[in-house]
Amino acid sequence: MSEIYYTEDHEWIEVEGDIGTCGISEFAQEQLGDIVYVELPEPGTEVSQSDEVAVVESVKAASEIYAPVSGEITESNEELVDDPARINADAMGDGWFFKIRLSDPKELDDLLDKATYEALTAGQH
Amino acid sequence: MRYLPHTPADRQAMLAAIGVDRIDDLFIDVPRQALLPEALDLPNHAGEMAVEQSLAAMAGRNLPAGAAACFLGAGAYRHHVPAAVDHLIQRSEFLTAYTPYQPEVSQGTLQYLFEFQTQVALLTGMEVANASMYDGASACAEAVLMAHRVTKRNKAVLCGGLHPHYADATATVTQFIEFDLDTRPAKPSVAEDLCALIDEDTACVVVQTPDLFGRLHDLRPVAAAAHAKGALLVAVVTEFVSLGAVSSPGEMGADIVVGEGQSIGNALNFGGPYLGLFATRQKFVRQMPGRVCGETVDADGRRGYVLTLSTREQHIRREKATSNICTNSGLCCLAFCIHLSLLGEVGLRRLAQLNHGRAVQLADQLAALDGVDVLNDSFFNEFTLRLPRPAAGIVAALVGRGVLAGVPVSRLYPDDPELANLLLVAATETNSDEDVAVFINALREVLS
Amino acid sequence: MTMNQSHEIETSSGHRGLDLAEPLIFELDGPGRCGVDLPEPGPINNRLGGLERQAPIGLPGLSEPQVVRHFVRLSRNNFAIDAGLYPLGSCTMKHNPRLNEKLARLPGFADLHPMQPIETVQGALELIDTLAAWLLALTGMSAVAMSPAAGAHGELCGLMCIRAALEAKGDAREVVLVPSSAHGTNPATAAICGYRIEQLPADDRGRVDLSALREKLGPHVAAIMLTNPSTCGLFENEIIEIAQAVHDAGAYFYCDGANFNALVGKVRPGDLGIDCMHLNLHKTFSTPHGGGGPGSGPVVLAATLAPFAPLPMVQRSGDGLMLVEQKSAARGTAASFGRLKGFHGQMGMFVRALAFILSHGADGLRQVSEDAVLNANYVVARLQDLLSLSFPGPCMHEALFDDRFLKDTGVSTLDFAKAMIDEGFHPMTMYFPLVVSGAILIEPTESESKDSLDQFIASMRHLAERAQRGDADYFTSAPHLAPFRRLNETQAARHPVLRWQGELQAAAE
Repeated sequence: MSEIYYTEDHEWIEVEGDIGTCGISEFAQEQLGDIVYVELPEPGTEVSQSDEVAVVESVKAASEIYAPVSGEITESNEELVDDPARINADAMGDGWFFKIRLSDPKELDDLLDKATYEALTAGQH
Repeated sequence: MRYLPHTPADRQAMLAAIGVDRIDDLFIDVPRQALLPEALDLPNHAGEMAVEQSLAAMAGRNLPAGAAACFLGAGAYRHHVPAAVDHLIQRSEFLTAYTPYQPEVSQGTLQYLFEFQTQVALLTGMEVANASMYDGASACAEAVLMAHRVTKRNKAVLCGGLHPHYADATATVTQFIEFDLDTRPAKPSVAEDLCALIDEDTACVVVQTPDLFGRLHDLRPVAAAAHAKGALLVAVVTEFVSLGAVSSPGEMGADIVVGEGQSIGNALNFGGPYLGLFATRQKFVRQMPGRVCGETVDADGRRGYVLTLSTREQHIRREKATSNICTNSGLCCLAFCIHLSLLGEVGLRRLAQLNHGRAVQLADQLAALDGVDVLNDSFFNEFTLRLPRPAAGIVAALVGRGVLAGVPVSRLYPDDPELANLLLVAATETNSDEDVAVFINALREVLS
Repeated sequence: MTMNQSHEIETSSGHRGLDLAEPLIFELDGPGRCGVDLPEPGPINNRLGGLERQAPIGLPGLSEPQVVRHFVRLSRNNFAIDAGLYPLGSCTMKHNPRLNEKLARLPGFADLHPMQPIETVQGALELIDTLAAWLLALTGMSAVAMSPAAGAHGELCGLMCIRAALEAKGDAREVVLVPSSAHGTNPATAAICGYRIEQLPADDRGRVDLSALREKLGPHVAAIMLTNPSTCGLFENEIIEIAQAVHDAGAYFYCDGANFNALVGKVRPGDLGIDCMHLNLHKTFSTPHGGGGPGSGPVVLAATLAPFAPLPMVQRSGDGLMLVEQKSAARGTAASFGRLKGFHGQMGMFVRALAFILSHGADGLRQVSEDAVLNANYVVARLQDLLSLSFPGPCMHEALFDDRFLKDTGVSTLDFAKAMIDEGFHPMTMYFPLVVSGAILIEPTESESKDSLDQFIASMRHLAERAQRGDADYFTSAPHLAPFRRLNETQAARHPVLRWQGELQAAAE
């Protein structure tokens, strides 16, 4: 049984065992508009919670993506490099950015659950 | 005042519409002590004739290069610019437009930028080019900063033949970040071994060809050495006409090519405005500074162009931008683009041959003078002379004989006595047989 | 509806009357053709050191009439200040007098090599010196660095002077304060100078919040970078207090002079406590924008910063003028932070700017700022009932509205801007500054007559009413009547094509 957590910076992480899959929220992709470019982390990179790990760009905006938790990057979604529109089409699914092996699952306690995140963004539309 | 449309009655009517009595009511946020009560005590407005007379008087106190036999180079070259170039760049729609932020009404500017980028890429042998920088020196500085971003390394090696203005501009922009420059000494008679200076901390090695002294360099060995250590090769070209005769830096392995585009389409203008050129490999395009134009389609499917990849730039990235540049050299790009369109493949290659031929003729005749040596093994249209006395004094003496003989190296390196007798001499298609004869005879007289 | 007719009619040529379709110069290639007659080169013993070009370059061949026609056709797809009102806020699109073009082309200016012996260029140095004297008089400052090539280059120059001055005192400090409304070049420049940026909040009047500034100031702050009038078109009415607070903290006050057109001849920045400021000669002093340059960005400096100014500089020497190109204790340039670019500055722009200044004179320049401010306030007065003005009170030379008046219409600021194109106007600056939603920044400049402003105002009112009436489709599909319909910027950014690739495509086929 997997669980989804969110950050206040609009990243999500879905955890299964010690592996988390990360991306940006539906709200974030909507705010950015047509996404034209992503820069993804190299598998094997060790990152700490809140490190800048990826970049996402639309025509008129650029945003840094922060690691929701600490750990080792195990995989990047290379499909996004040629087809960043996947993020707009399916931010919570096909549009995932990278997978990370959690080094400290307790960090998940710092993150938001779905209901809290939705309440946070509800007023921002 | 001929440029201001309002009559006093217009101004009164507008103040009334705004609902204030006096113009100063609109300046109420200015602290009273700082608001000037009346016009400054300086000359008042003047008609066209008066302004023309006073500026023409200043122009008259200069010696235009075309009024002498001119052999000056060192990063700025006197070429013939076809009349059509200056006519076309003065079209209102080019001259008085802003940066093409609204592509639907700026396709004229955008299409020529796209053509210009293609021309620069072709000439340099690179895959992509930007829509220009301020000038060659600032483009060189930006190239070093880009190599720093790409490699995340903190050192650059600058060859001794790099124009000192380029080296200085690079030193200026890197002085307040953690970055070391290994600027090699200017030694025109000694071959330098740049390959040995490249190590695992080197972001890039910067090589100018033709260099300040006119020497041409085969970039392949230094490219191989740089790539073996994971460093980039930045090639600098200050005379773009040379690329009609010599192999492009791209063919020889450069990763970034920068240079000065003045010599195609642009007048000497006492040093500015000029045209910084910047080209690189496709894989580095997101680290490239400056504006760039790209192809797309409009809502009807018609091919058109827009400024693109703007997330690299300061108006979006702010302090994380690749550069702080925004205004660049738009109209100078257009002049370059038109002149190169007129020349085409055939014209540029012939122009380059004419320049080289004139320089070879001049070098041979100068070398035949007693006490004069040509230092170069290779050159395009500029070479270095060793004179028997300090070059600055000889140049001054030649002005009185109608010759602008060249650039004394001491003007650029005043503190190096070993360089005091050296003179940089350039010849272009604008020099006639008579110019060459005048120069040779005058120099013979001055030296005797 | 007639608006789409021009798109519905098909022609066999692809041209549409005076709207002539034009391919790329590369697609007009006739191999062997040339637009320049050059003599046949004689035989030479080449000295190219074995580096002769082997491969063709790939440049197209055209005759002169083909080249002229190509670029004339391209030009007709551009809007220009010569053709109509161009109210791009922060850009100062004013009339470009043709006298200035003529004078810049005098051989005594245009045909001077930068490295000619100094005695052969005394008139050129005199021109630079005369322009410098005017800039100092108009700003009330002590020194001016003439070499920066544009506004952003001027910012770099100013901030480098500040950093060099602080380092000379033994502490470069760490932070530069930048208001959230600032142009993006400000933080980008500060970063190149090795500083961390901290944002300054605005108060509800769109000005710098003085108490927040006082809290942010401290021994770690090197400078504040402030645009005055601000990018909201407002004068910082507490500017003298701001300068005092900055100086009390041992920091410097950099003023972005992009909006000096509101002040020229009326207010001298030196009287406000500013330590340095760049002037965009291509804005206030009307050197043409040329589709994005060249510009020129001289920086005026207070006496405390003057010793750190970049090289070269023009100085008096006996009866004549000289160019100081090297650091020299005797010439007072030993502390210079160095050189910013090749040679001596944008001479071609200096000639045009001085011609503009001499044409206007002290009285005319004062009238420039008064008319620029009058025009912007007139636009506000005639539009504020329909559009949403961001901040109340008189503005300076530009008027800032936001998109509240478009709320629930389905029309965005972008759509509104594109509809202005159909009305025959260049759109205003949009989405800048970032401090208000959907910014609409209108700078009419002093060049516009009352009639011209009235036409513009009538169109703006018409469009605002049309948007509020619920005609969103008209706006979202605009422009309808421009040479091109809306361009697909997403496609351009997703799949960048940055050069003509015909020869590559041909090779692939």
